[in-house]
Amino acid sequence: MTTPTPVAPTEGHPGAGHHVLRGVGVGRRAVVGPVAQVRAAPAVPADAAVLVDGVPADAAATRAALEAAFASVAAGLREQASRATGTVQEVLAATAQMAADNALRSQVLAKVDAGQPPVAAVDAVVAQFAAMFEAAGGYLAERVTDLRSVRDRVVAAALGLPAPGVPELHEPSVVVAEDLAPADTAALDLAKVLAIVTELGGPTGHTAIIAGQLGLPCLVRVTGATDVPEGALAAVDAAAGTLTVEPDDALRADVERRAARDAALAEDTAPGATADGHAVALLANIGTAEDAERVAGPGVEGVGLFRTEVLFLERTAAPTQADQAAAYGRVLRAMAGHKVVVRTLDAGADKPLAFATQPDEENPALGVRGYRLVRTHPELLDTQLAALGQARAETGAEPWVMAPMIATAAEARDFAARARAAGVRTVGVMVEVPAAALRAREVLAEVDFVSLGTNDLAQYAMATDRLRGELADLLDVWQPAVLDLVAATARAGAEVGKPVGVCGESAGDPLMALVLVGLGVTSLSMSAGAIGAVRYAVRHHTLERCRELAAAALAAGSAPDARAAVLALVADEVRGTLGL
Amino acid sequence: MAERTVVVASRVGLHARPAMLFTQAAAATGLPVTIAKAGGDPVDATSILYVMSLGVPGGEEVTLRADGDGADAALEGLVELLSRDLDAEDGAGA
Repeated sequence: MTTPTPVAPTEGHPGAGHHVLRGVGVGRRAVVGPVAQVRAAPAVPADAAVLVDGVPADAAATRAALEAAFASVAAGLREQASRATGTVQEVLAATAQMAADNALRSQVLAKVDAGQPPVAAVDAVVAQFAAMFEAAGGYLAERVTDLRSVRDRVVAAALGLPAPGVPELHEPSVVVAEDLAPADTAALDLAKVLAIVTELGGPTGHTAIIAGQLGLPCLVRVTGATDVPEGALAAVDAAAGTLTVEPDDALRADVERRAARDAALAEDTAPGATADGHAVALLANIGTAEDAERVAGPGVEGVGLFRTEVLFLERTAAPTQADQAAAYGRVLRAMAGHKVVVRTLDAGADKPLAFATQPDEENPALGVRGYRLVRTHPELLDTQLAALGQARAETGAEPWVMAPMIATAAEARDFAARARAAGVRTVGVMVEVPAAALRAREVLAEVDFVSLGTNDLAQYAMATDRLRGELADLLDVWQPAVLDLVAATARAGAEVGKPVGVCGESAGDPLMALVLVGLGVTSLSMSAGAIGAVRYAVRHHTLERCRELAAAALAAGSAPDARAAVLALVADEVRGTLGL
Repeated sequence: MAERTVVVASRVGLHARPAMLFTQAAAATGLPVTIAKAGGDPVDATSILYVMSLGVPGGEEVTLRADGDGADAALEGLVELLSRDLDAEDGAGA
């Protein structure tokens, strides 16, 4: 998830009548459709009275109306939850429990008993809890949306007003809201929702999570979105994070072309291969068991990188062997019958762990990180390998395992011995330190496979911190020196007949993927969303053509030249379809 | 007054689903139960709003207190619940 950066709310496009609003995109897709604005909660004066038969109710009737409002809102949310599934259901159930909250209700009623008007009483108590949530920040601050939706519903119910929320959609629409409570999202007729756009919310909020689960393009933090007129045509591009009001023909055609391309790419789920049938396994990178369950399916030939550190982050102590075995087992079951490459803990540098990271390292990227933790905390690795062995025994699957940050053949030998002792049969190492790439033949003699981590390989080959944005031109996998290291590693793999994969982000770049295939890489692992485009690119070139592309890249004098040289040789059809 | 201290096992902390399950269980005891972070003020353990507001991360200790008949047994059940990774159990992966 990206951190949103504040941007000007609108940006004029010279010569065009439309305007562009910017936000944080969730997903990759783009759509065009009419805007449907979600009705905000009715503005109600804080001293509005509960009416009975048209006249203000007395204290007892007001109290009864509020109690009934809390009960009916909670019941309504529970009923919605019972019809939902997965994350949506959990969110709705939690919101229902807020509406049924004893503390919330009793504090509101106490204020009403003390003579406060009902709306003011609800607002005061909700504001107090919202302030506590906001003070806690993060996850809790984003739950304030749920709390406010309970408030709006209770107030509307108590005053006999229509419930706030989503209008009835008559045609497929871009749903725009200041913020969308889970209950609102659940009320949407999904067959008629093209995209969701909100002014508030965050990329980890419920709206984003639910949109992701539903596969809808979504934008959050779009200032000015609620000012777009009802029914106006809008182009929503989740990849670019933009909402374009009244898009011109060119933009509409572009969105339609992308939609057609996505549909065509999604239809092809055959195993990855070049035009002449040379197999290149296309695998997914994952961090959790949930990821594995989400990406499993036709078109994904397995997991080429399971980043296990996600299990360890935000913990004060390492997870137990049983905890880890359960998580690994879930991944192996989700990927039943497919390859799963588990990378052992890659902590340190930009991924510190409370219980393992050395606090006083001046150069953490060059310090005790990745496999090197075995020097200070061997029990972490041994527990992890034992857990993997246990998951293997429990599932009957054959996981592959690899260690990160290997620099020498001796380290590879030591790791392989530990992994095999734990019962794992297929053992490899990451090649991300230039020393390992230069001595790939010796490293490969100790293990069954290697996998290139191109991000770190570029960082170490170019002596460029991955976290320094201003040096991004140096930190480029297209740099000839980095390509040389990839080529040397792939060549060593071909000589000894052992697999050489790539699991860095570069594998998901269709152009670079062709070069990697040409260099002799045997599998590509990337974020699942990138697989379709890579499959398409590889399928439209022969292995010989990929080799020519690789030779052109290696012959170039700079990273931009290498990329340009390859682009010029790519099949026209691929360049056009993928918009390269 | 019965009192027990327990480490919250759920990785996400006492948020979302774990908070929901815990407050439901606390309410089901029928007793006044409170929960407090180390050194913090006790809050109503049956209120999901108060319990979530505590913002207890996974791995942190909380203290439960209850009064009345069966308070010890009630706390025993709640301690057992918090000692499990509620987020990892059935339903969470859907």
